[in-house]
Amino acid sequence: MKRTIRQLAFYLWLVAVWQILSDLKIWPPYLFPTPQSVLESVRAGFSDRSFLIGLGVSMKRIGLGYGLSVLLGITLGFLIAVNEFLRDTVGGLVLSLQSLPSLCWLPLAVLWFGLTEKAILFVVVMGSLLAVTINTEVGVRHVPRIYLLAGRNLGANGLPLFLHVLLPASLPHLIAGLKQGWAFAWRSLISGEMIFVSLGLGHLLMMGRDLNDMSQVLAVMLLIMAIGQIVDRVVFETLENRIRRKWGVASAV
Amino acid sequence: MPLETTQAFVTREAKLRLEGVSRSFQTARGLLVALEDLHLEVREGEFLCLVGPSGCGKSTLLSLLAGLDRPTAGEIWMDGRPVEGPGTDRIVIFQELGLFPWLTVQENVEFGLRMQGVGKRERRERSQHYLRLVHLSRFETSYVHQLSGGMKQRVALARSLVTEPDVLLMDEPFAALDAQTRDLLHEELARLWAETGKTIVFVTHNVREAVRLGDRVMLLTFRPGRIKSQFDITLPRPRHLEDPELALTAREVLAQLKEEINKAVKEEYNHEENH
Repeated sequence: MKRTIRQLAFYLWLVAVWQILSDLKIWPPYLFPTPQSVLESVRAGFSDRSFLIGLGVSMKRIGLGYGLSVLLGITLGFLIAVNEFLRDTVGGLVLSLQSLPSLCWLPLAVLWFGLTEKAILFVVVMGSLLAVTINTEVGVRHVPRIYLLAGRNLGANGLPLFLHVLLPASLPHLIAGLKQGWAFAWRSLISGEMIFVSLGLGHLLMMGRDLNDMSQVLAVMLLIMAIGQIVDRVVFETLENRIRRKWGVASAV
Repeated sequence: MPLETTQAFVTREAKLRLEGVSRSFQTARGLLVALEDLHLEVREGEFLCLVGPSGCGKSTLLSLLAGLDRPTAGEIWMDGRPVEGPGTDRIVIFQELGLFPWLTVQENVEFGLRMQGVGKRERRERSQHYLRLVHLSRFETSYVHQLSGGMKQRVALARSLVTEPDVLLMDEPFAALDAQTRDLLHEELARLWAETGKTIVFVTHNVREAVRLGDRVMLLTFRPGRIKSQFDITLPRPRHLEDPELALTAREVLAQLKEEINKAVKEEYNHEENH
């Protein structure tokens, strides 16, 4: 409660400062718009459906791209964790690729796939796949040996051992990886859309720039932030809290 | 009075039989022989306690019996059949227990049955039966982290009993508990053993605990692990840790154990001097 009030007060203060600064007219309004004009842009964007369309396109792309990297990343992470040969080879490669900003993949993607949906998908996947892979691998390798022994001792083997012991035991790390992967995917998508223009929220952002419409730029930025936060807070925080409640403070019993 | 025997005399087909079992590990310092040429028989329904200094291969022996590890040489038999892998007829209770934190108490207990494909209703019935047996019925929906150390031990016990194994293999299960809780669990284990007639192999470094629980106490030597001596414990049950006869017997076993502990300590010192 106290936290909520504090946060609310802080944001109100921020808007107030913004309002005062724009009232002082130090900078021209097309460079420093008022809060009202940004709010107006948000409303206009939603009422002429351009925001909704952009949002829809971006969500579809991220759904596909993120979904794909989760699927691939978890599989790859598990394989690297259990296979020493893969760990020494692919595992090292994954770590070095992780140091590449995802936008570096864009020129390559455009050359390979042209200005198509496939190219943006590729950038999103490359942006988030590695984070999911690395966290999955760490999670699996940190599963205490005792759980596997106990599982095998109680008759679990092969796929059941994987599904009922290894997977749930590595869940805390896995969720962290999914969360990080989501953040990377979202960032890659927006940056990709900004350069590789064709609908989407990133495109709207660049359109604002082209039209010298600072209000729209800020409005779209707010929207991008909001989506990122909502997924992070609602989806991942709920999942994490649930795991924390089950496992207690200590992770190994 | 305890009777020192050189070889266990077996009248019927042994529940567990080890023939010339050795297990060695390749380490950075060279070959480590954990167990060497072990011959041993465990009778059906017997409560056998294995005692030895740390590093004598007690836990290794349990893993071999459980089928979670394979011997380097020799053979292990259960009911006249060779042990080739883990099976729910032999359940280990590890010192760290390995209860699953993502499952409730009841789901933990049901785990073995679930892996066997037992239906939900039967699973429920059987898990509730064993949770009652260890006095944990009220905690079936709790998660593991919400339980005390002693309660966790009892969950592990119920989880092991539920698949109705013939043999329980217990690896220092009570080592981390306070004295009162341990005493309580000794009583409960003795009762469960009497009620269910399971064969129990119990590993401990606590001589009193071994004498308190076992029909037979077997002493292992320090590296390589061999059988040093065996004691048949014929003290009447129920036994209590404070019984003077128990203390007397324990002292006898302890005297022999001390030799091995000294050997272990010496080896540690030598290692330090060499490094």
